[in-house]
Amino acid sequence: MAEFMSLRDAIATHLKDGDSVAMEGFTHLIPYAAGHEVIRQGQKDLTLIRMTPDIIYDQIVGMGQARKLVFSWAGNPGVGSLHRIREEIEQGRVAIEEHSHAAMANAFEAGAANLPFAVFRGYKGVDLPKVNPNIRSVTCPYTGEVLATVPAVRPDVAIIHALKADREGNVLLEGIVGVQKEAVLASKRSVVTVEEIVDDFGPRNANAVILPSWTVTAIVKVPGGAHPSYAQGYYKRDNAFYIAWDKIARDKAVFLKWMEENVLAGGPESFAAQARRFAVAAA
Amino acid sequence: MSAYTPNEIMTIAAARLLTNEDVCFVGIGNPSAACNLARLTHAPKITLIYESGTLSTRPTVLPLSIGDGELCDTALTTVSVPEMFRCWLQGGRITIGFLGGAQIDRFANLNTTVVGPYDAPKVRLPGGGGAPEIASNCGQIFITMAMGTRAFVDRLPFITSFGHGKGKGDRAALGLKTKGPTKVMTDLCVLEPDPDTAELTVVSLHPGVTRDQVQAGCAWPLRFAADVAETPAATEQELSVLRDLHARTKQAHGVAA
Repeated sequence: MAEFMSLRDAIATHLKDGDSVAMEGFTHLIPYAAGHEVIRQGQKDLTLIRMTPDIIYDQIVGMGQARKLVFSWAGNPGVGSLHRIREEIEQGRVAIEEHSHAAMANAFEAGAANLPFAVFRGYKGVDLPKVNPNIRSVTCPYTGEVLATVPAVRPDVAIIHALKADREGNVLLEGIVGVQKEAVLASKRSVVTVEEIVDDFGPRNANAVILPSWTVTAIVKVPGGAHPSYAQGYYKRDNAFYIAWDKIARDKAVFLKWMEENVLAGGPESFAAQARRFAVAAA
Repeated sequence: MSAYTPNEIMTIAAARLLTNEDVCFVGIGNPSAACNLARLTHAPKITLIYESGTLSTRPTVLPLSIGDGELCDTALTTVSVPEMFRCWLQGGRITIGFLGGAQIDRFANLNTTVVGPYDAPKVRLPGGGGAPEIASNCGQIFITMAMGTRAFVDRLPFITSFGHGKGKGDRAALGLKTKGPTKVMTDLCVLEPDPDTAELTVVSLHPGVTRDQVQAGCAWPLRFAADVAETPAATEQELSVLRDLHARTKQAHGVAA
């Protein structure tokens, strides 16, 4: 059953040096507060897995905590490069395993389904299979069609941000749900931060995405924990910050100073104020 | 007729290709502007799908990211990302994929991965994201890119998304049953693959643009169709809807997406 913990204890207990970790959330519900706690605690030699590394991995890679990055699109959406990741790759200081979105999404699903690999129709005619030896193929035993394969993603730890947990430790996600359910089910352990803890989820769609308590390892309440990403129905994406990040991350010294002032000297409490700044008006 | 920028005519030329019957997989930036311009003008029933899982979305402002809340708020329904790529894209439900890129070659192959060697990159670009499978699984592909000799290159350092390979027949040889790129809308002209060779050929010049200007923006010797048309000028309605959309967008998140 999921255990309610402080953010500090949840990350310290469940993420160790050398672990592979997937902090998922497709633009929506990116677990920034948890990522910042990882930066404060300084776990090293991490294998960071995420379809879209986003600013959160730009920060962790920029702080030198990653040995390897597994990804499918490493940009700042609508803005440009993730400058810390770009520099680390260009300088050869971080190993990469690069895929397409379709491959990563299939690989998470295969991990959740306890399969060794994912099969899909993809990577035709392109160069990624020449530089990523994990991209292979299989011949369909029924039709003879050659299909692409990639190994299942099986992280040590999944870290996600969700909307709500109830008192029993069940977790609710709505909106753009990305690959978070698959990431949690594919991982050995999971840490879930949530906007709020409620007695009961109340009226909801019968098909809402729910992770039952017995699939989640630790739950932490962190209001605003997805900022500058967003939480559907709670607060909006801080697009101005995504644009501002371009300048902050472009220069390593400016980046380190920003991290010192805003992350290393901060704590999860500061996220609640951001949630209020971008709050969605109550319906 | 008011004056317009090359970027505006590129977006407008792309929007004109879209119809109410299309089911369109939309990329961020110019493709998103073109698709929503079509929706707000002549194709109100067009189905727009973003890879974040939002089906039939009708945003009032352009999203900065592929997964802005606006897309989910205005969507008919939202599915998970694995479902999006497996059932909807791979399932063959999308008629048109709309792509941009950092670099393109004469057979409409695209590079968004790297400039220079992969292991020692001169410039590391964001990578493929959804593009490799969009390019192979959508019924056909429209590309929008501004011209320039660093973008329209003789030889790609890396093929992120497959267009027509090294010429006609290469898609079929790989077992691809989809058409691949059928139109490339630029800020200066419209190109289409030649029916016999699949090499990109200029079929239409935007008003006031010369052949020399187009060639100056392309690193390989360009072919021109036997009858090169002139792209119809942007109308007042197209321009005002597009500018309103960009103004709303800028106000919403401090930048024109």
